Amino acid sequence: MNGPHDLGGQHGMGPVAPEKDEPIFHAEWEKRALGVTLSCGAFGAWTIDESRHARENLAPATYLSASYYEVWTRALETLLQRHGFVSAAELSAGQMLNKGTEPKRTLTAEMVPAVLAKGGPCDRPLDAPQAFAVGDRVRTKNFNPETHTRLPRYARAKRGIVEAVQGTYVFPDDNAHGKGENPQWVYTVVFDAKEIWGEGADPSLTVSIDAWESYLEHA
Amino acid sequence: MKSTEETMQHDDHHHHHGDHDNHFSEMQARVKALETVLTQKGLIDPAAIDAIVETYETKIGPRNGARIVAKSWTEPDFADWLKADATAAIASLGYSGRQGEHMRAVFNTPDTHNLIVCTLCSCYPWAVLGLPPVWYKAPPYRARAVIDPRGVLAEFGVVLPETTKIRVWDSTAELRYLVIPERPSGTEGFDAERLADLVTRDAMIGTGLVRLPEAV
Repeated sequence: MNGPHDLGGQHGMGPVAPEKDEPIFHAEWEKRALGVTLSCGAFGAWTIDESRHARENLAPATYLSASYYEVWTRALETLLQRHGFVSAAELSAGQMLNKGTEPKRTLTAEMVPAVLAKGGPCDRPLDAPQAFAVGDRVRTKNFNPETHTRLPRYARAKRGIVEAVQGTYVFPDDNAHGKGENPQWVYTVVFDAKEIWGEGADPSLTVSIDAWESYLEHA
Repeated sequence: MKSTEETMQHDDHHHHHGDHDNHFSEMQARVKALETVLTQKGLIDPAAIDAIVETYETKIGPRNGARIVAKSWTEPDFADWLKADATAAIASLGYSGRQGEHMRAVFNTPDTHNLIVCTLCSCYPWAVLGLPPVWYKAPPYRARAVIDPRGVLAEFGVVLPETTKIRVWDSTAELRYLVIPERPSGTEGFDAERLADLVTRDAMIGTGLVRLPEAV
């Protein structure tokens, strides 16, 4: 979707403002937001792609003025309601009112080291030949789906070169919407800044994305 | 450990959060409500949250990445392994798991400087660098890194020669990138831990340079 999250190349966002000696957390609630988000991810009720799409679906004004832990928290509220774990009434009351969906599993403190150490690998075997090889000239597709995609707007309909073949991975555009993992080959595609940004582009700059095979055509 | 309520009050009095001040007390209430409901339902274990937080406060951070860089500087075979299969090479040091499942190491050279961004969200190699800094996840960096990396670098105090090529890697898929900066001169004979002291987090994102040995 062409949402507020798709930020590459936007102007007017201001300085980066790195903080000197930045703390790991800026408030106690950020710690809880991190832990609650990861704990709820362990239910196994949604995928990382569905959760990314829930974040992208925040209203643009909300998304752009929120800290990232706020983005996570607001999207988590959406996911928990969508999957029946909590209701809007419970969130506003701050109290349990009804029993909701039973998760496949809940995360206990004892499980945390193993769960974090395992992570969530999303490479998948695929019995299909790769359509592109290193050095191939490609063009990214032009599309504007209202659904989830990982092809940023700035990199659509652009000519680049396949620099690496990275393996086969879950296809987020389908997986975010419950349509299955449908793995595809993923390629690192590199573009000259001039191809992306045109006049005035930094001549010393190249930019790469990691692109699923269906984002690409031969050029 | 202090109760959540006590620490929240403490934060309320002492914390400053720039543009996000107006969201602060609202978010504190919102997250508290969420945690309370989920705990009452038996869906989350507050002790698990503590364990997650403790992991990223004390166990997983940029020192992991710095050790990888230092080892690549002293052991050419390890550097080759990083180039060929970063996930396995990094896992051999015990660093793997969440947001480090599929790693790639990209090497700075005298000609080329690498910079990592995630324009679409906040993808970052947690297993080797810990949790991302606020600026990495915020709109200005995500917007500008791909179009004006030299302007971004200047805000970090980094000015590269005009002839240096800049390569920006937008983490649009599940690969997580670690920049391997060049070993500074004057470090001959340094052991791995002393070398790791030179490697800043930002040098492994590409927004900073390694410390010079005389500065340590």
